[in-house]
Amino acid sequence: MSGPGAVSLGQRINFWIEDSLGAIVRSPVGTRLRRWGVTGRTLVTSVPYFWLLLFFLIPFVIVLKISFSHAAIAMPPYEPLLHWASDKVVMVKLNLGNFAFLIEDNLYWKSYLNSIMVAGVSTLLCLLIGYPMAYAMARSNASTRNVLLLLAVLPFFTSFLLRVYAWIGLLKNNGLVNNALMAMGVIDEPIQMLQTDFAVYIGMVYSYLPFMVLPLYSNLEKMDLTLLEAAADLGCRPWEAFFKVTLPLSIPGIVAGCLLVFIPAVGEFVIPSLLGDPGMLMIGKVLWTEFFNNRDWPVASAVAIALLLFLVLPIMYLDRAQNAAAERAEGG
Amino acid sequence: MATSARDPQLKFEPWKDPDAQPYVRIERVTKKFGDFVAVHDVSLDIYKKEIFCLLGASGCGKTTLLRMLAGFERPTTGRIFIDGVDMTALPPYERPVNMMFQSYALFPHMTVEQNVAFGLKQDRVPKAELTKRVGDMLELVKLGQFSKRKPHQLSGGQRQRVALARALVKKPKLLLLDEPLAALDKKLREHTQFELINIQETLGVTFIVVTHDQEEAMTLSSRIGLMNHGEIVQVGTPTDIYEYPNSRFVAEFIGSVNTFEGRLVEDEPSYVRIEADDLERPIYVDHGVSSAPGATVWAAIRPEKMHMSREKPQGSDNWTLATVRDIAYMGDLSIYLLRLPSGKIVRVTQPNVYRRADERVTWEEQVYLHWDATSPVVVTK
Repeated sequence: MSGPGAVSLGQRINFWIEDSLGAIVRSPVGTRLRRWGVTGRTLVTSVPYFWLLLFFLIPFVIVLKISFSHAAIAMPPYEPLLHWASDKVVMVKLNLGNFAFLIEDNLYWKSYLNSIMVAGVSTLLCLLIGYPMAYAMARSNASTRNVLLLLAVLPFFTSFLLRVYAWIGLLKNNGLVNNALMAMGVIDEPIQMLQTDFAVYIGMVYSYLPFMVLPLYSNLEKMDLTLLEAAADLGCRPWEAFFKVTLPLSIPGIVAGCLLVFIPAVGEFVIPSLLGDPGMLMIGKVLWTEFFNNRDWPVASAVAIALLLFLVLPIMYLDRAQNAAAERAEGG
Repeated sequence: MATSARDPQLKFEPWKDPDAQPYVRIERVTKKFGDFVAVHDVSLDIYKKEIFCLLGASGCGKTTLLRMLAGFERPTTGRIFIDGVDMTALPPYERPVNMMFQSYALFPHMTVEQNVAFGLKQDRVPKAELTKRVGDMLELVKLGQFSKRKPHQLSGGQRQRVALARALVKKPKLLLLDEPLAALDKKLREHTQFELINIQETLGVTFIVVTHDQEEAMTLSSRIGLMNHGEIVQVGTPTDIYEYPNSRFVAEFIGSVNTFEGRLVEDEPSYVRIEADDLERPIYVDHGVSSAPGATVWAAIRPEKMHMSREKPQGSDNWTLATVRDIAYMGDLSIYLLRLPSGKIVRVTQPNVYRRADERVTWEEQVYLHWDATSPVVVTK
């Protein structure tokens, strides 16, 4: 995207952080820090860890704590885990009932499975649509490529919520699509599109497509095109060369794109509630209902924790597979 | 300058045989990219089992010509025949031609074995034959024990041999090599040159090699086609090109040379005499030159064909006084830079046949510089 001479904003921010942290390290305080093994480099690398600690690990521990507590009509609406029973004795009350409830009530199971199914289909659709887009971008000449890249990122300039609302206007019974089809005489009465699974898939694919296209693009763009010439030289027609060379080499990009689409799609709440059938079971909606309508924070927390486990395990596996693929594709 | 490693007993000179059919025929090929003419009206005949080197500086069009033979580029005008078949419009995957890429272009997601088998699988060669041919080829390039490795686990020289094996295993009629040795270090390069010639002789495949390295071209090739600005300026054996350059460009491109600009003062069928601006005495050449008397010509003399002596040479031609300005000791030989009375700097090389330094000519010494009447090459352009 940028030439070797250009410095991206992100890099500049990194330099700035390094500079200012470096100034600390070089100061008299820094001399003491260095004695403890703290250098500018460790300070810089610790920034993301600090970020994750503050905004991921601590909230996660809070949610985990709530998921093991009892619901109560109180402020906040759950009983504390720890309390003083008597002198010098701290009682820890772990309530596993919330998780047991998730297993007993098949609403949760169905929601989980349905969410995974919807997310899976959406990911697949994104891949099928996004791959040719990314491929075309990566193979176009430099000036067109930048325009296309800008177009791919352009939706982010508008709020996600607004863009989903816009789809209501397009898909509703007297919306743009139905009106156009009727005006052309293709249909006589409007097709029910809003509040169907179809509308949810449209919304999902539309919203998450850039997350598929960008990693695929950056992978395909790096590919050495002489490999395709070598394949042609050894007897491959262009489509054969694609399946034997380009596709296997783009697996890391495919995996990255699929993860970026699948993970947020599983927990998606806005799209199914705005575009989907109100009866559609999605775990994101269930979570919302538990939290805001039922005010059952412990069960809502348990749903969130279970969702995390459902996602984290397969993703850790995929991540390992991707690393292995990246290692395989290395060099050359 | 080393000569070809070919066996001198076997005179391999099909280009001198009027009955020999060229194997690869390039017929008035021109390639334009927009307004830029990369290859201009090139015609070439290359014979079976030749190692033909396209030599030239970068941007001279040699790679474009090679890519047209492979089928990656299509000539703007002109035609290409291989073994009598018109290949001009054929895509690369239908040509009986394979290429060894400068970057090797090994498939990073495949093992050495899979890389080499790739082309055979593409041709649907039966499994048993495929395994045997891949195995034999890996033996030939001495990579048998590395067959399960991935390209990134190999050294540069090993990758080069995988690329060679992958291109040769399909038994192409023509193997194209794009700077085959450029990525190797000097020692390995010399070794690989001879290996390449051996493999070529074993398999009898016709090679076309693109290189910018004149030494590589000299050692590898049966013939060299020297290119400049998209045109072939001279075709000939390494000896032809070195000893009988047809222009100043060729003389100066290959090796080093001292050129003296002058005019023909005596122009006889059996000898010529040239008066050069930088020499007090004329240059006497013992063969005729086809040029108008009084025309400007250049006499080119190779540094190893000029001699220094402390005694005044006989005769009135082909010598001058000179002062040693600089000496570069290279071990086997030394390069001397001498200044003529006119101020021109002349380069002379001499083998270091004496071990003791005081026997040799030294800095600021005045010597007589002389050469034989057979040494100068007279070129008119």
